[in-house]
Amino acid sequence: MIELNKDNFDAEVLQAAGPVLVDFWGDKCEPCKALMPEVHALAEQYGDKIKMCKLNTSENRRLAIGQKVMGLPTFIVYKNGEKVKEISGAENCTPATIESLIKENI
Amino acid sequence: MSKVYDVAIIGGGPAGLAAGLYASRSRMSAIIIEKAKWGGQATTTEELENYPGSIEMPTGPKLMERMKSQAEAFGTELVKDDVTGFDISAKVKVVKLASGNDISAKTVIIATGAQPMLLGAPGEMELRGKGVSYCATCDADFFTELEVVVVGGGDAAVEEAIYLTKFAEKVTIVHRRDEFRAAKSIVEKAMNNEKIDIKWNTVVEEIYGDGIVEGVKLKNVQTGEVTDFRTDGVFMFVGTKPISEFAKGVVDMDQKGYIIADEEMRTSVEGIFAAGDVRVKSLRQVITAAADGAIAAVNAEKYIEKNFEH
Repeated sequence: MIELNKDNFDAEVLQAAGPVLVDFWGDKCEPCKALMPEVHALAEQYGDKIKMCKLNTSENRRLAIGQKVMGLPTFIVYKNGEKVKEISGAENCTPATIESLIKENI
Repeated sequence: MSKVYDVAIIGGGPAGLAAGLYASRSRMSAIIIEKAKWGGQATTTEELENYPGSIEMPTGPKLMERMKSQAEAFGTELVKDDVTGFDISAKVKVVKLASGNDISAKTVIIATGAQPMLLGAPGEMELRGKGVSYCATCDADFFTELEVVVVGGGDAAVEEAIYLTKFAEKVTIVHRRDEFRAAKSIVEKAMNNEKIDIKWNTVVEEIYGDGIVEGVKLKNVQTGEVTDFRTDGVFMFVGTKPISEFAKGVVDMDQKGYIIADEEMRTSVEGIFAAGDVRVKSLRQVITAAADGAIAAVNAEKYIEKNFEH
């Protein structure tokens, strides 16, 4: 998975061709960390069809807020620089919902 | 036929992990099925000062990590999966899993716990993850030097409000009554905190904002007056609801969906036990959940001795 930060966010996400999934997580977000192995597995499985990225919001707070993300976990799919779908909150973000988010957008 | 466990434990929070520990120490074969995060709700609280023995580094995630390692060390098997239902027609019960790898067990302990309840105010769903939060440890970072509202009056609300003052400039607790239900020591701490302001007899009527929380409409329940209150975030701690949907029609529950069990954690179905927050009880804490788990495991063993040949 691509690690995003303020230097590469534009190029990797907003100017990317094709769909991009961003996993917004943080150092203190236990639900986010618990999901990480499954998200990595999904990246292995679908990585050739959708660009899989993660953004540590603890280190990139302003960047996350700039994307109107103020809660974790949040998963957003971007296409042509636009948000097309997002899910947020521990109850809503499960391996199954993340996988369907990917499938709907590839 | 595949392996038959002595105990299948559903839920990997304090109740489930304690049940696993006690079962494994009694040389029963035990497996815990967890769908989301090991440690459950306890991992979303930073300060866990009321679990005896956890004065040093009393964080929820650390305590739960230790509970998990302890159960594993004694041989409890852990698996990540989602329970979809049961087959209890035979003496050996079957716990059905989303993956299809169903588990057969002589006894079942339901320890699925509870999850935060939604307030039900307009804007709440739309602004989730955009300023509306149910997890202070997850999201507090975002509100550094900003202002937030905390809704609720129990232990969680007041404790998390105090935690949030480490980040936010100002924390306003909005509570529908004129006193808190939270423990007195916590209330005192909040009252003495300069960053905390309290609005009594007040409810949140609406949360608004263009893609991100900008404010709330507050209503005074005594006067009926509605006022506009600008804020950057709204943290909800208005109670919990049980995670018991998958067991509907199998074991008896109360109207809210909490599972009814006796002092020995026995449900309405023989061989099925309930432990922790998912059960009808008066105090939902890590310590009472762990106690329930221990009692359930011991009674599961008794049930097996009585009902299965060695």
